[in-house]
Amino acid sequence: MIRSEILKEIAPILRPHLVVCNIGLPSQEMHMIDDQPTNFYMLGTMGLASSIGLGVALAQDKTVISIDGDGSVLTNLGTLPTIANNVADNFILMIIDNGSYGSTGDQPTYAGKKTNLTDVARACGCENVVEVQDKDTGAALEAAIASKKMTILVVKCDSGNVKVPVITKDPVVIRDRFMNAIAS
Amino acid sequence: MSISTQIVDDMVANGINFVTTVPCKQLGGVIDEVEARPEIYHIPSNKEDEGMGLCAGAFMGGKRPCIIMQNTAIGVTINTLVTLTQFYRMPLPMLISYRGELLEPVACQVEMAVHTKALLAQLNIPTYHFHHQDDAKELDAILKYTFMCNKPVAILTDATFWGGY
Repeated sequence: MIRSEILKEIAPILRPHLVVCNIGLPSQEMHMIDDQPTNFYMLGTMGLASSIGLGVALAQDKTVISIDGDGSVLTNLGTLPTIANNVADNFILMIIDNGSYGSTGDQPTYAGKKTNLTDVARACGCENVVEVQDKDTGAALEAAIASKKMTILVVKCDSGNVKVPVITKDPVVIRDRFMNAIAS
Repeated sequence: MSISTQIVDDMVANGINFVTTVPCKQLGGVIDEVEARPEIYHIPSNKEDEGMGLCAGAFMGGKRPCIIMQNTAIGVTINTLVTLTQFYRMPLPMLISYRGELLEPVACQVEMAVHTKALLAQLNIPTYHFHHQDDAKELDAILKYTFMCNKPVAILTDATFWGGY
């Protein structure tokens, strides 16, 4: 399965929760598949989906799921020790690990070569690190939400993209409706 | 009262309750004070752009954030300041150690100091420079201004302000 197929499958599971979507295609795909006020779309700033998600989770009690990518986690690798040492049990970091930089044309990442992000997350001190294959994502995500334990979910899948339109919503509108959804 | 205590008192009085820091010798007293306050969640960052991501999330989750960093971080965080903090219109007070100014012993720090104000001006970031300890009396007003206008705001604190190295 490729990322967009996974997102389509797990959209009903994500819907009641706060979702921070990574820059580029992951945001565009979530926006196309199931746009919700509870989705925060990153229009720029590669690498910070996990940091933004952790910040939201530490600030309030609702469950927060950051949809990140292997390339973006590699861009901000310092995020994993910060997550490990600031446990928010309402936070799930889901790393869609397709071994490639999807939004820029599927150039390979080091996570698709020698570097194992599951092992990296564990070495950084993250306690609940679960690696799953694409088809098992829904069940693993539901289990992580139900566990009420901070979880790093590494989803191994194929690289590849579908054609999606860019997001033209104003960033302040995205931010405002996300904040209203959090406060409601 | 120490200047570090006074600074953190102003933060708490302005509802700041989520502070991310990277280590700094000059700001060490402020960082210790932040860590000691029960009103503040202190989350050290490994890099300043990561810290700004944490602050953006915390703000959307209902907290009042602040970042404490050195001026070298301006070089690290321009993309984040522009595409996250400014693009989404979020407030972010940045308490900055202004290395490379008078009394600086390390030549390399001057290389970033000479660009600091120019970069902040280019980014249209309101910038305040604390040179004498009396200047810190404006901090309360600066923090109110930051959360009024939903912008990143820089507070540069130089070595003279801190009483040397």
